[in-house]
Amino acid sequence: MAPAVPQAAPVAVFKLTADFREDSHPKKVNLGVGAYRTDDCQPWVLPVVKKVERMICEDQSLNHEYLPILGLPEFRSSASKIALGDDSPAIKEQRVGGVQSLGGTGALKIGAEFLRRWYNGTNNTATPVYVSAPTWENHNGVFSDAGFKDIRPYRYWDAARRGLDLTGFLEDMEKAPEHSIFVLHACAHNPTGTDPSQEEWKKIADVMKRKKLFVFFDSAYQGFASGSLEKDAWAIRFFVSEGLELFCAQSFSKNFGLYNERVGNLTVVAKDGDNLNRVLSQMEKIVRTIWSNPPSQGARIVAKTLTSPELFAEWQGNVKTMADRVLLMRSELKSKLLAMTTPGTWEHITQQIGMFSFTGLNPKQVEYMIKEKHIYLMASGRINMCGLTTKNIDYVAESIHEAVSKVQ
Amino acid sequence: MRAFLDTPAVPPTQQARLLAAFSRDAHPDRVYLAGGEHLNEEGKPTIPPIVSQIKQQMGTDPTLIPEYPSALGLPEFSRRATELALGRESRAITENRVLGVQTVGGAGAVRLGAELLRRWYDASSSWRGPVLLSSPCDESLAEILEAAGIGELRQYQFWDAERCGLCVEKLLEDLKECPEQSVIVLSASAHYPTGVDLSQEDWKRVSEVMLMRRHFPFFLMPAQGMCKGDIDQDAWPVRHCVSLGMELLCAQSFSHNFGLYGDRVGHLLCVLRENSLLLAVQSQAEKLVRTLWSCPSVGGAHVVATVLGNPAHFVEWQAGIRGAVERCMLVRESLREKLRLLGSTGQWDHLIKQGGLYCSTGLNDQQVEFLAKRRHVYILPNGCLNISAINSRNLDYVAESIHMALTSPF
Repeated sequence: MAPAVPQAAPVAVFKLTADFREDSHPKKVNLGVGAYRTDDCQPWVLPVVKKVERMICEDQSLNHEYLPILGLPEFRSSASKIALGDDSPAIKEQRVGGVQSLGGTGALKIGAEFLRRWYNGTNNTATPVYVSAPTWENHNGVFSDAGFKDIRPYRYWDAARRGLDLTGFLEDMEKAPEHSIFVLHACAHNPTGTDPSQEEWKKIADVMKRKKLFVFFDSAYQGFASGSLEKDAWAIRFFVSEGLELFCAQSFSKNFGLYNERVGNLTVVAKDGDNLNRVLSQMEKIVRTIWSNPPSQGARIVAKTLTSPELFAEWQGNVKTMADRVLLMRSELKSKLLAMTTPGTWEHITQQIGMFSFTGLNPKQVEYMIKEKHIYLMASGRINMCGLTTKNIDYVAESIHEAVSKVQ
Repeated sequence: MRAFLDTPAVPPTQQARLLAAFSRDAHPDRVYLAGGEHLNEEGKPTIPPIVSQIKQQMGTDPTLIPEYPSALGLPEFSRRATELALGRESRAITENRVLGVQTVGGAGAVRLGAELLRRWYDASSSWRGPVLLSSPCDESLAEILEAAGIGELRQYQFWDAERCGLCVEKLLEDLKECPEQSVIVLSASAHYPTGVDLSQEDWKRVSEVMLMRRHFPFFLMPAQGMCKGDIDQDAWPVRHCVSLGMELLCAQSFSHNFGLYGDRVGHLLCVLRENSLLLAVQSQAEKLVRTLWSCPSVGGAHVVATVLGNPAHFVEWQAGIRGAVERCMLVRESLREKLRLLGSTGQWDHLIKQGGLYCSTGLNDQQVEFLAKRRHVYILPNGCLNISAINSRNLDYVAESIHMALTSPF
């Protein structure tokens, strides 16, 4: 190896967790990493998952060979179905396919690698890729490692109003070169928790169509955001109903609690079946160069759950449990801040949706929270609502109150 | 809007075409000898009994926490995988200059290793090779290396079809003639697809040349323990290079030796010159993993760590794979004997000299086609076949078929 390999910068959110672990303060709270926690601040194995794991374990008929390169067929079809809906015309027209991937990241990776090779010409690394400002930091990394040279922000978060900057968003789309790729968060935007309304999505879709922009959805929280699978997939389904071809990177890490089994699916909606097959054949080739074929366990759990009416209903219940706890924490936090007459407005806490909330705390206030109160959150002011519990919410609310009052 | 009008279809791979032809073949005696899994006597993937047992325990034991693992995977798995490859007392381990990264199968390990080399093999950022692959080798290797941005791929001579064996002299020549500091992809044991491996004497000569030309070894160890039935012997070439003070990469797979095909358990070993490089290379590996697959799946790695970390389980596991290897050796011997009895004039000693999952028959294109079309026996176009797919039910038929392929006039 070269004698002078430089140290790569650590990923902020992992550093935060590392610092949290080292902190011995009895009241410390971790509002950093994006994983669900129960009210006892424990990770949660969904009861339906436990049940299905046991069923799989006891199934003697299971095949222990390599999965096909594109993944477990029943997983791919049921995963795409959950995103697009049972009665999706695109599915009926047989122009929807899936690539089982290593989590949402893997799905993004396959999509990005394909687009760089075959979209907007051949090997066109100059095609602009637009990601929201702000966005999940790995979006940048995945697309740039796939070879794209021009990754740009589109306006999204309006810090002053603590809401969606729709005007800026629409303007950036209008100005974007034709055929640019847009990475959209299907719901529960990470990190802001702020989603377009249905009316706003309609406007966005309209510009996408007119400007011939390519839609790449990132859907990591279906069901987890509102508690309803349909509601959380509304944007994806609307875009498909408008006749748009698109990719949707799905993750089952959060809504199945399968973080460590790496279950994802890249749903491809093409113009017709022939197009679809050609695209899938190229994606298969790309998969062969990264992981060859995907891991089976997580896909089996998801497929079994989604294709059995009883298990599916149980799963919906489990997902709603998680979504409801988050919604409860949101409303509790807001009412406590209001009760203390904490300076500022706090409507956004309950208007935002999903795991994350952009509190609006500035870097100095965040530093105060970490150093003085041992409450760990991202420098952007992002908190993971799942880190809040009935036991720590008072302490967190009081600390926010202090931070906002004392630190400008 | 039509985004993908011009996307060309990828023609099916050799493997895919072969499998499709086999699936369409309705002949009752059809045999598929070109698959990637190590099969048992019943024609099912070989799974050491202890692995099934541990998997069962884990299925009903909810101690695995549903949380993202680190990008580098399970530390305990990595530790055991490293010890397995290098031996617990390896200098490199005691001097703390080995980086281990859990990967998505052996393919993932090769991809990650290639990405690391492309960026950090030399001080300039423009290194693109050369990387030398054996002739023949697994087709997917070239694809993976190219996808990682390695533009300069070459081959070194390895298999001598006429002699049905290794051509060590030519191999050494190629290593001497290629540019200094080339990366050489070497199979530690169980070479795919030929099944032919270098002897320890050969390895000593190879490593001498590698040192002289300052080449970098990138080892493949797809099935440690499944070649000679001995984990130390199968890893000997890697350990030998380490003992000579060489830096190297080693892509390990636990698919075959643990029967964990669907779990995608791989490991990339990086043996560095000095401990001072370790943290930097580790941070770069983490960064690369983040945009490849973020972090690996843990189930299979947990099984491996549990088995390798428990002395009693470890012994059982070794016995399990030894049993599988012995069955394959028996198949090789039986096949050789049957061919001799059928009056085959060829030399079939190479069958029992080779080890591992695959073996080379020396059959040519026409003979391979004959096997498929007339006898419904499917082997790779290069004449190599998966020896574990032969069992007591199809051995006679396969032997007859090979004999007929060799003796039929064309």
